Amino acid sequence: MDFKLNDEQRMLEETVGRLVRDTYTFDARNKILESEQGFSADMWNQFAELGLLGVPFSEEAGGFNGGGPELMVVAEGFGRGLVVEPYLATVVLSGTLIDKLGNDAQKEQWVAAIIGGETRFALAAYEPQGRYDHTVVDTSAKKDGDGYVLSGEKAVVLHGDSADQLVVIARTAGSAGDRDGLSAFIVPADADGVTRKGYATIDGLRAAEITLSNVKVGGDALLGEEGKAIDALEATLDLGLITLCAEAAGAMEVACDQTLDYIKERQQFGVPIGKFQALQHRMVEMRMELEKVRSITMLAACSLDAPADLRKKRISAAKAQVGKSGRKVAEEAIQLFGGMGMMEETPVSHYAKRIVMIDHWFGDREYHLGILETLIDVDDHAA
Amino acid sequence: MDINYTPEERAFRDEVRGFLNDKLPADISRKVKEHKRLGKEDTIRWQKILNEQGWLALHWPKEHGGTGWSPIQKHIFEEECAEAGAPTVLPFGVNMVAPVIIKFGTQEQKDHYLPRILRSDDWWCQGYSEPGAGSDLAGLKTRAVRDGDHYIVNGQKTWTTLGQHANMIFCLVRTDPDAKKQEGISFLLIDMEKSEGITVRPLITLDGEHEVNEVFFDDVKVPVENLVGEENKGWTCAKYLLTFERTGIAGVGSSKAALAHLKQVAREQQVNGKPLIEEPHFRARLADVEMELMSLEMTNLRTVAAAEAGGVPGAESSFLKIMGTELRQEITDLFRRAAGPHALPFLPEELEGDFEGPYVGPEFAASVASRYFNFRKLSIFGGSNEIQKNIISKMILGL
Repeated sequence: MDFKLNDEQRMLEETVGRLVRDTYTFDARNKILESEQGFSADMWNQFAELGLLGVPFSEEAGGFNGGGPELMVVAEGFGRGLVVEPYLATVVLSGTLIDKLGNDAQKEQWVAAIIGGETRFALAAYEPQGRYDHTVVDTSAKKDGDGYVLSGEKAVVLHGDSADQLVVIARTAGSAGDRDGLSAFIVPADADGVTRKGYATIDGLRAAEITLSNVKVGGDALLGEEGKAIDALEATLDLGLITLCAEAAGAMEVACDQTLDYIKERQQFGVPIGKFQALQHRMVEMRMELEKVRSITMLAACSLDAPADLRKKRISAAKAQVGKSGRKVAEEAIQLFGGMGMMEETPVSHYAKRIVMIDHWFGDREYHLGILETLIDVDDHAA
Repeated sequence: MDINYTPEERAFRDEVRGFLNDKLPADISRKVKEHKRLGKEDTIRWQKILNEQGWLALHWPKEHGGTGWSPIQKHIFEEECAEAGAPTVLPFGVNMVAPVIIKFGTQEQKDHYLPRILRSDDWWCQGYSEPGAGSDLAGLKTRAVRDGDHYIVNGQKTWTTLGQHANMIFCLVRTDPDAKKQEGISFLLIDMEKSEGITVRPLITLDGEHEVNEVFFDDVKVPVENLVGEENKGWTCAKYLLTFERTGIAGVGSSKAALAHLKQVAREQQVNGKPLIEEPHFRARLADVEMELMSLEMTNLRTVAAAEAGGVPGAESSFLKIMGTELRQEITDLFRRAAGPHALPFLPEELEGDFEGPYVGPEFAASVASRYFNFRKLSIFGGSNEIQKNIISKMILGL
């Protein structure tokens, strides 16, 4: 048993940490938020130069060969700076799915383009009727000569507004809710029949509602075997969940630190408000929730190779804990900051928004507790 | 980063399992698992078995007859004991007074008391709290006045756990009433059998049990060689004892065992013709507890691993105490709910190990309500959870 980072992981942590500290200041981030794209292409290039876009990919593909702990380290660093670039959408969700399902030619083309920072992707999986359930897919992909014709609607596609390419999950067989019959396709975002309504999300990111109407793609757009995408999709979404949990841990840490600084500094009744026991205990509770999230995120990040049921159980438990503990930390941070916590100009309010809204990406507390409920009999011995 | 045990750690776990399998008496583990009353004889029998194996003094150095185990080994041992239904070792002698004697005691004290503790010759209890000194322990008033070769002790201690069985008590007493609060306190060992003037009175708790007592001292003569450390330096001993490494403070092992039992019960109990475990509200709470337990277990393991690497647990112990006790209390609440109306019948005889039935309700239900009430103590004793929050505020938040 060993919770220390190895040399490579520490190096990653330092790389991300330095980048965020030096360049991702609150003001710099605000400028990025105001930009048209909602993220910084320049920052994206820096990610590429530093090798961050290759973290989960094999060394042969030009990647870092990282697993759960490596992604965790990167995402925690991003969480500390509330980084808004499409790392999760491009690298974690689309890149690893292509890497898992794609043939050599597809991987050579797309994984290399992701690692090099040339192409940005979005994963168009969830649909308006499905909420957080990735099997509720009505989008159809009908065979058309050598290729396919795709039609359907995709909801709240993370960074779907700016992506160059989409990985679309569509149904080649069965009906909504079936695990079989799901296929993954690479679709250029500017293909005929793709319409995107892009928007900002309240936590500083961008997303889009995407409509596909009779979008024609070639046979080489299909990733992996037709109708058999579910296992790879779920493994990919699990990586996404680990990334989100770690990002939450990083953001919660900063929210705790900023709150602690504030209550030591803010004077009322002639003393720093941190002298009041009522506030001290709330501060302690925030830190306790942070520790829980850190712990269970480590458990999730180290469970990628566990049997599928155990892996899902731990990852859903982690996401549910983030939903529960994150809400507590975010609400308490605002409360302890008082009126200042309500202000857009106060950084902690941005952390609070991100922490709370992470619960709404890829399954909230209730959704993941529901999954945990179905796995309640899966034996969990941490070690 | 690797959350799995190493092959050596797994081998150690197997060794512990083998020992528990061979040596833990079935009648004792049955009582523990079914939440029956444990008698003094049960505890001593188990402690003697542990001592024969050399595994009683978990935290002592090897030279004094301890295990000399690493934090991870201690953790594994405690986990396995909880899972197997081994009784808790009485902490007052082996885990509390002994480390103080080892650290601050004279050679004579070590030679006399440590072997007796290992053999379970003495049953120790703790004389800390007083009616006016709970969380504010340094406000204690029990007085010890030096008179030649003796101290004369007068005063009252309270919440003395299992003091009704004890023949020895370690006490914090005031030896200098004029010094600042913490500075006039001494650490005394008092023989309850041989001394005149000690009265032990039972305190019955809300679950009807006799677990704690009050102890009165009326001109009790204590030889000066029973002073541990220097006179007026008892607070140093007390602080050492309070911060003494407690790997098991989170109670992960017992929570895991309790949760497994709770799931079993929830599969058997029927609600509207369906198992209780399928009832959505109950199931959701069960899942929440499971999630919290996973977080707690990993937090505990992180602390154990840090201790293994030479770190000194400070605020972490307080975090673990709060999280662990809240979770154990939550589980007892779910047990109470699992029993439904049969949590109501209050029949203390059903908690005796030799009770042969018939039970009024399901057998598991006999103890649930009283255990729920009994477990309210968890967030009060050992430094209330609010005191733990004060400690964390000071130690890591600098507030």
